[in-house]
Amino acid sequence: MASKEFLQDLYRTLYTIRVFETRCIQLYRQGLIKGYFHPYLGEEAIATGVCAALGKDDLIISTHRGHGHCIAKGADLKRMVAEVLGRETGYCHGRGGSMHIADLDTGNLGANGIVGGGIPIGVGAALSISLRETGQVIAIFFSDGASNNGVFAESLNLAAIWNLPAIFVLENNQYAVSTPIEESSRDPDLFGRGKGYKVESWPVDGNDVLVVHERTVKAAALCRAGKGPVLMCCKTYRQGGHHVNDPGLYMTKERLEYYSTHEPLTLCKEHMYRGGLCSEADIERIEKDVEQRMEEAIEYAKSSPEPSVEAFLAEVEQN
Amino acid sequence: MTAEQETSSCEERVIMYREALNEALREEMERDSTVFLMGEGIAQRGGSYKVTVGLLDAFGPRRVIDTPISEASFTSCGVGAAATGMRPVVEILFIDFTSLAIDQIVNQAAKYRFMTGGRGRVPMVLRTQGGSGNGLAAQHSQSLEAWYYHVPGLKVVMPATAYDAKGLLKSAIRDDDPVIFIEHKLLYMSKGHVPAEGYTIPFGQADVKRTGKDVTLVAWSGMVPRALAAAESLAAEGIDVEVVDPRTLVPLDKETILASVRKTEHVVIVQEAVRRGGVASDICSIIQEEAFDYLNAPIRVLAGKNTPIPFNLNLERLCVPQEQDIIQAVKQVRYVQ
Ligand SMILES: Cc1ncc(C[n+]2csc(CCOP(=O)(O)OP(=O)(O)O)c2C)c(N)n1
Ligand SMILES: [Mg+2]
Repeated sequence: MASKEFLQDLYRTLYTIRVFETRCIQLYRQGLIKGYFHPYLGEEAIATGVCAALGKDDLIISTHRGHGHCIAKGADLKRMVAEVLGRETGYCHGRGGSMHIADLDTGNLGANGIVGGGIPIGVGAALSISLRETGQVIAIFFSDGASNNGVFAESLNLAAIWNLPAIFVLENNQYAVSTPIEESSRDPDLFGRGKGYKVESWPVDGNDVLVVHERTVKAAALCRAGKGPVLMCCKTYRQGGHHVNDPGLYMTKERLEYYSTHEPLTLCKEHMYRGGLCSEADIERIEKDVEQRMEEAIEYAKSSPEPSVEAFLAEVEQN
Repeated sequence: MTAEQETSSCEERVIMYREALNEALREEMERDSTVFLMGEGIAQRGGSYKVTVGLLDAFGPRRVIDTPISEASFTSCGVGAAATGMRPVVEILFIDFTSLAIDQIVNQAAKYRFMTGGRGRVPMVLRTQGGSGNGLAAQHSQSLEAWYYHVPGLKVVMPATAYDAKGLLKSAIRDDDPVIFIEHKLLYMSKGHVPAEGYTIPFGQADVKRTGKDVTLVAWSGMVPRALAAAESLAAEGIDVEVVDPRTLVPLDKETILASVRKTEHVVIVQEAVRRGGVASDICSIIQEEAFDYLNAPIRVLAGKNTPIPFNLNLERLCVPQEQDIIQAVKQVRYVQ
């Protein structure tokens, strides 16, 4: 059984992602954030559970919906908010924005504006791990839409024939923008796709952080034993549209209703309350603390300078 | 046609660029049952820029097809369908993502006619969209027309106005060869005069968007409104600029450009794309080869900075020619301070 401390850590990460997205959406509506912004609301348990099962030296590679992955792997909120605000102090010095945050120090090889773009890069990192014999693993995050791109099939096969230490984390939020997975795949659960490549493939409840964690521990062990890759098909649902400006009117009422309670924070709290392990006060304390850290991060970002025009122009001269 | 459009459909009908594209698709689909559409989110959602709104209802799911995120394969599905009697209009939402289908475009679509000794034809249109200006960063803001300009076997069309968008898209659909039809993300909501009656615009006919006698300013796509605005400012300062929009880069209407150059004897070519290996440099070389003796000043190429497009809006703005940059370039070729 999970310990109180461990559950509290998980909850802290889940709630941090939730608050980051919620506050950034407000900043977006105030005009402080530009460009595309894809919230991870409702999917927090996947990044949280996966990254909690990885070591500091292990790697991840992310997607356009990448804030959750970044936070769960240990990124600094201040530099994240600064980046989505396009400031010099951001992870990419204001050059990347929401869709391109990378934090190599915490082993996050980066988000990607190209759907599926990260999958083969992740396989390449796994190949490198295997060649360098470092014993690391990499979690490759992608969603159902990306699983219909050719690179997914090719990458899974490459990882399979080379027995690479790669965990393919398919975040099946059941939509690619507005296209439901039922219309883009005959098998909406998707985990059948691993079989043809003789890859260990599991259906996972992507909204239950403990389930995701437990499966990832197993997957990482297989990978480290040279029995990778593993395909984890984590079912989840977005709490909202594809991006900030999409009201998601096409999302079905029944599923929205089901996932309004079968959702990461609620399920985690159930685990925490079970057997009186945690109290409401414990949870409140975590939430207050997270909220305060987020406000500090926003203040930091807002008071950070815009990138220097002169420095940028000097860089361009080198190209 | 929406009610609004109908009431304003007397002579000075003004509609948006995206509505003009929608009309072109609708009219061609009505005219020719082999025309069909394929792309991500184009059917039920009507496309991310609302270009295909209403077409699913009008023509049904067999002719307005939502695809998974499988760019390489559905683009070549277009090639295969085109080679066997259909006229597909394939949409790839950002020109940045056409890189995922570049084999299909460059090695397959562009060469099929040639490699079959002229017996096979690929009457396919690839609709896509480029340009910067919205803080969409490095992978959603590129201007990549030069890639396709470079490849024999492709036609490259870049409309700047609602009128051109409609007439050129209709021609593209009727064309028997693959056409890369590049829209601009900042133009979808721009409005312009579009007659209610159907018309087409032939390829290879540049449009003089503004006549002038002092400087020839060649611009296409998103640079056209900027060039026109610059020309207005310059007129107030006594410099009379002629703005020439090639509209189709392949085939390129050299004659209209050269005629303007012979008249004005001064040239600025402005493109949003980075300079290196760009279309502007090629047009520049054509002018110096064929009209050198008319030039009174070196040709000025004004292009995007040689960098991926940054997210931060201040930096993004720096990377792409702005009205002020165009004004300066024009003054420079006139040796005016
Ligand atoms: C290659 C490519 N095609 C299309 C797009 C446009 N696009 C951005 S996100 C998205 C949907 C992605 O769906 P999915 O992979 O399920 O990820 P999710 O948004 O659900 O996290 C699309 C089509 C893109 N960015 N890259
Ligand atoms: Mg998805």
